[in-house]
Amino acid sequence: MDTVLLLAAVAKILFALVLVLTFSPVLVWADRRQSAMIQDRVGPNRAGIPIGDKNFALAGLLHPLADALKFMWKEDFIPPKADKLLHALAPIISVIPTIAAFAVIPWGDTIWLDHLNEVLPAEPTGRQIAFQVASLNVGILYIFAVGGTGVIGAAIAGYCSDNKYALLGGIRAAGQMVSYEVTLGLSLVSCFMLYNTLLLENMVEWQVLHHWGIWYQWPAFILFYAGSIAETKRIPFDIPEGESELAAGYFTEYSGMKFGMFMMGEYIAMVVSCAIMTAVFFGGYDVSIQLPWDQTDIFRIGRDGIHGLPIASIPYLPDLLARYLPDWVLLGYLPLKHWIVSVLYALSFIVKTTILLWLTLMIRWSLPRFRYDQVMKMCWRYMLPASLGWIFITGMFILL
Amino acid sequence: MAKLIPKPKMTAAEAIYVPEIAKGLGVTIGRFFTNTFSSRGSENNQIDTVDYPEEKRTYPERFRGIHRLTHRADGSPRCVACLCCSTACPAQCIHIEAAEYPAGDPRAGYERYPRVFVIDELRCIFCGFCVEACPCDAIRMDSGMHMPPSTQREHFIFDKAMLMAIPAADGSFETANPRHEPGESSHPGIDRKRGH
Repeated sequence: MDTVLLLAAVAKILFALVLVLTFSPVLVWADRRQSAMIQDRVGPNRAGIPIGDKNFALAGLLHPLADALKFMWKEDFIPPKADKLLHALAPIISVIPTIAAFAVIPWGDTIWLDHLNEVLPAEPTGRQIAFQVASLNVGILYIFAVGGTGVIGAAIAGYCSDNKYALLGGIRAAGQMVSYEVTLGLSLVSCFMLYNTLLLENMVEWQVLHHWGIWYQWPAFILFYAGSIAETKRIPFDIPEGESELAAGYFTEYSGMKFGMFMMGEYIAMVVSCAIMTAVFFGGYDVSIQLPWDQTDIFRIGRDGIHGLPIASIPYLPDLLARYLPDWVLLGYLPLKHWIVSVLYALSFIVKTTILLWLTLMIRWSLPRFRYDQVMKMCWRYMLPASLGWIFITGMFILL
Repeated sequence: MAKLIPKPKMTAAEAIYVPEIAKGLGVTIGRFFTNTFSSRGSENNQIDTVDYPEEKRTYPERFRGIHRLTHRADGSPRCVACLCCSTACPAQCIHIEAAEYPAGDPRAGYERYPRVFVIDELRCIFCGFCVEACPCDAIRMDSGMHMPPSTQREHFIFDKAMLMAIPAADGSFETANPRHEPGESSHPGIDRKRGH
């Protein structure tokens, strides 16, 4: 293997890992501050670094850091009759798969190493790297497979804690997550049918060529969104840890960094699900505005630069406009170097994911918690038939 | 008899649940943006929080703060050591030792003064009974200050000098009520010199 390719692989893994691990503390911060803004509060804004007689609090961004410090110094308590091995294993099982799921998420388009510092030609040659850690031929099924093991973490945590509340929470978590996994998978089947692929990068390419998936598959998006919130055990589906009934649910008996890992796992799972939604429904790294009735671009960041409508071709263009608008706006094309385009693509993916995460937090702070029977009823009686029905409708449209 | 209340019927839009979520999200998102993108204290901003240590709200006029012993015109305490306050105190946090004025003092034989006046602010429940019990308006809680926090118990034991050094919220050490010293023409009458 080429040394450069090896280095690139390591760099990609580091990029994904660092991104994920910075996302989760920032999300903790966003969760707190955002809820404060919704509820007319200020939110945590005290923890800071004192330099001189000033306190640099950075709008509360350092609170998650203080949390992590606190987690590390807290007593790591294991109940005397708990299963010590499983008790230590459960938080690991719930974190590692969520991080591993990031391997197949395409952050950007293929990177052509030999063309980095020039505008990408129409038919590039040479060494190329996919901007994702691993391009597996099972694609998104890998995420379901890996994400499904998160159930085991929660169930084991509930089982091994020697606590009735934890056991109930674990059972609830297992039941809920297994149920919603079905809807989660089925709601994406219609997307597989439409895109004719299982690979996330090919789905994105399809959306670059056509419109974003959300325009065709919005019912699937709603189902998938609801399912993914249930899957990450966030409000309104957080009955496995419903504190008014079950103390803290399956992680009642966890303290210190082990609890921190459960929390981190939850936030990372959120990022994963939002990244999947970005790739499947919101065009991944694609930045474009198109006319709704055909594929004419009004604006697009293409592989070789920014494309727009050629304004110069409009008849009777006012002279003033023609004189003062820059040339690239008039021509509708600004060539960009390949590395700039790649960075823009990655940024656009991250921005889209962030917007979805913001919406997820918004939902978390707007809705009350369901009852357990309501959660189950909603899954099996409404969402599952709805996703099956949507598969049927999509199939009809594709056939016609 | 139990009365059966029928379940309210949901409309189709309510039963689907998604439009209702969108409505609720509209409210929270609107609140989020108005609060995030307006400065604190501006008209749109709904956050009423007071950033406490940096920004202090003045206590209301009748707030019962830490005690002070009011002064006479000559700077001595108005207190006559009658023990009314320590008797009224439900927390028994006031300790007074009375003493006679030295011979020759116009007040000697007429009234006493507190040689020791100690209030344990840790035991005090800030009920204000001592202020109400005082016949001389000698003890007041109008300092407008709460007890400043401390980690040392001794800091909460206020002696006479300390209590007399605490001003009212307006900065004065006296009270608005006039004091009529024995011998003054405004004095209502009873003193040793003029007889009963």
